[in-house]
Amino acid sequence: MTQQADTPQDTEKDTGQPAAPARAAAPAPRPGRFDAVRRRLPKSTFARHALAALGGLVVVFLVLELTNPFRNSQFATMSYYAIAAVGLTTLTGLNGQISLGHGALMAVGAYTTGLLLGPDADGAALPLPIVMLVAMAVTAVVGVVVGAAAARLHGPYLAGATLALAVALPGLAIYFDEWLGGEQGLRIAAPRPPDWFSDAVYFLSANETPGVKYLAYVGWITLLVVLLLMANLKRGRVGRVWQAVRDDEVAAELAGIRLGRTRVIAFVVSAACAGLAGAVLAVVVRLAAPSGFTIVLSLSLLTAVVLGGLGSFTGALLGSALLVFLTPTVTNLGTSLGLDATAAAEVAPFVYGVVLVLVMLLAPAGAVGVLRKLWHRTRGNHPGSSTRRSA
Amino acid sequence: MELRPVTVPLGKATDATTDDQAAVFGVAGVSVRFGGLVALDDVSFSVGPGQVRGVIGPNGAGKTTLFNVCCGFVRPDTGTVLRHGRPVRGLRPHRLAGMGIARTLQGVGLFAGLTVLENVMVGAERHARAGFASTLFALSRSDRDERALRERAERALAELGVESYAARLPGSLPYPVQKRVSLARALAGAPDLLLLDEPASGLGADEMAELGELIRSLTARMSVVLVEHHMDLVMSVCDRITVLDFGRVVADGTPDEVRDDPAVIDAYLGEEATHS
Repeated sequence: MTQQADTPQDTEKDTGQPAAPARAAAPAPRPGRFDAVRRRLPKSTFARHALAALGGLVVVFLVLELTNPFRNSQFATMSYYAIAAVGLTTLTGLNGQISLGHGALMAVGAYTTGLLLGPDADGAALPLPIVMLVAMAVTAVVGVVVGAAAARLHGPYLAGATLALAVALPGLAIYFDEWLGGEQGLRIAAPRPPDWFSDAVYFLSANETPGVKYLAYVGWITLLVVLLLMANLKRGRVGRVWQAVRDDEVAAELAGIRLGRTRVIAFVVSAACAGLAGAVLAVVVRLAAPSGFTIVLSLSLLTAVVLGGLGSFTGALLGSALLVFLTPTVTNLGTSLGLDATAAAEVAPFVYGVVLVLVMLLAPAGAVGVLRKLWHRTRGNHPGSSTRRSA
Repeated sequence: MELRPVTVPLGKATDATTDDQAAVFGVAGVSVRFGGLVALDDVSFSVGPGQVRGVIGPNGAGKTTLFNVCCGFVRPDTGTVLRHGRPVRGLRPHRLAGMGIARTLQGVGLFAGLTVLENVMVGAERHARAGFASTLFALSRSDRDERALRERAERALAELGVESYAARLPGSLPYPVQKRVSLARALAGAPDLLLLDEPASGLGADEMAELGELIRSLTARMSVVLVEHHMDLVMSVCDRITVLDFGRVVADGTPDEVRDDPAVIDAYLGEEATHS
């Protein structure tokens, strides 16, 4: 084996003894352009991530207050896709487990929410946050069962098992039709904004808070909380161990990591996200029905995650935005270019498919992968020299 | 290098029991069969505190299988793994680190998606204390724990002279540096026994000499078991050498004894000598 002397660092040659003098030949870590900013950030991980989440909240507030109700409802839709996608990117990107069953896990969250809230707005006994937490917990329990099975499976077998989940679980709703509403599903009353919430929004923006905007707030605040907690996991010991198991099982095991337990935990965390996403979906769509949780939903989530860039939360957000906004944008573009409404609507899935194929061909690392490469090029760094991958 | 045991048990399990009280680690009477193939046949060896034990033999002699038995990847049909003279029951690979045993892999086996520093921090996992909840909510306990792990990892990187690569991904580094990082990962857990699986493969002559010095310097803190092809390295760093051929121990002794043993020359060195 020859030495591959292709980077300037290779000139380094030291004795391997403690305190090797020749180490001076190694370059000092490159002072980054943003080091000054980085030094001012709080030391505590929680404070840093909470600060980012607060910044996100301000952006969400501005966007939702400045856009019309139609856009608000689109953002509400995007929020539940994004919550599920963040959970899936954690599982697939960080831990290397593929899941084609996340749509079914969302169904568990949505049906739990439907059963707890009921069709009558005034009859709801529990406050919305409690309902969402229960939906999350129930889905997490399902996640334990599925995850325990999944931890023993790899690659195509895992894909097959989770695919079976996606196909079978909505069928339960039809089987237990008295309880779960059969094909018609469960109608769900849209929760009304509490007075303190409308008052707070009115105080800040002098706008009323109609139901649609309230649900968009519910979805996005949930998303921000999920992002905050997931960023904590990713940056900490848990995320590092997940990635170690993904990259090299044998080496991870020799470091004392229990592979099965690690995989199950990753699956449960991801399932909990899917359950929350299902809860948000239930109140936004006001319906939990089998037709809403077909295999198409699971596949859309996976494509969103891959398009954005596996393992990246920014990528998950980009991918969900694409899911929600690409079709109407292309349809509008089509009609303004002179196509009739049907033809324009038919072009949209085609464009989506082309985008997918192009990304796979030209940027297999997804949108965030491309951005990262550009970023390193502008900084003149070696691509492998990133200090941290972006959240 | 003040710790040098005078006596080291040889060969059979029967005479190993008394001397193994002093031994840090060993195997006794281990046999492994894969179908009809006998991979290991009644193999015993042990390593004392601060000692370097070499395991050599021609290709297919069973060196890797022996290592896999030591790590719990392969369950022996008969025989036991001994830790401080006591048999280890139900050895599983993930329990190894907790027992203070680190193993490097053939090649490098680094985590491609983690930076060099993070790789080495994984090596220090056995010292990690932050649980799931404290990581999820980024409690100060988790931050403290991370800082402690990072310091351990940085010390290990500095000891091997590769701390300037801490922020890089391993795939972008030259092979000898990757080798050092994987050794740093093994040392980060502060083991008292290091199992090295062909550490010199892919290294040049200079680097191999450095590696030899490094291994000798480690004996102040830990015992080492070394599986290696390069005879120069094995002869210069090992206190005792076990020679395997067709799954059996054909010789066990100091480098000088082993070098002159006709059975060894027959099995291994003769073949080697004609090559070099």
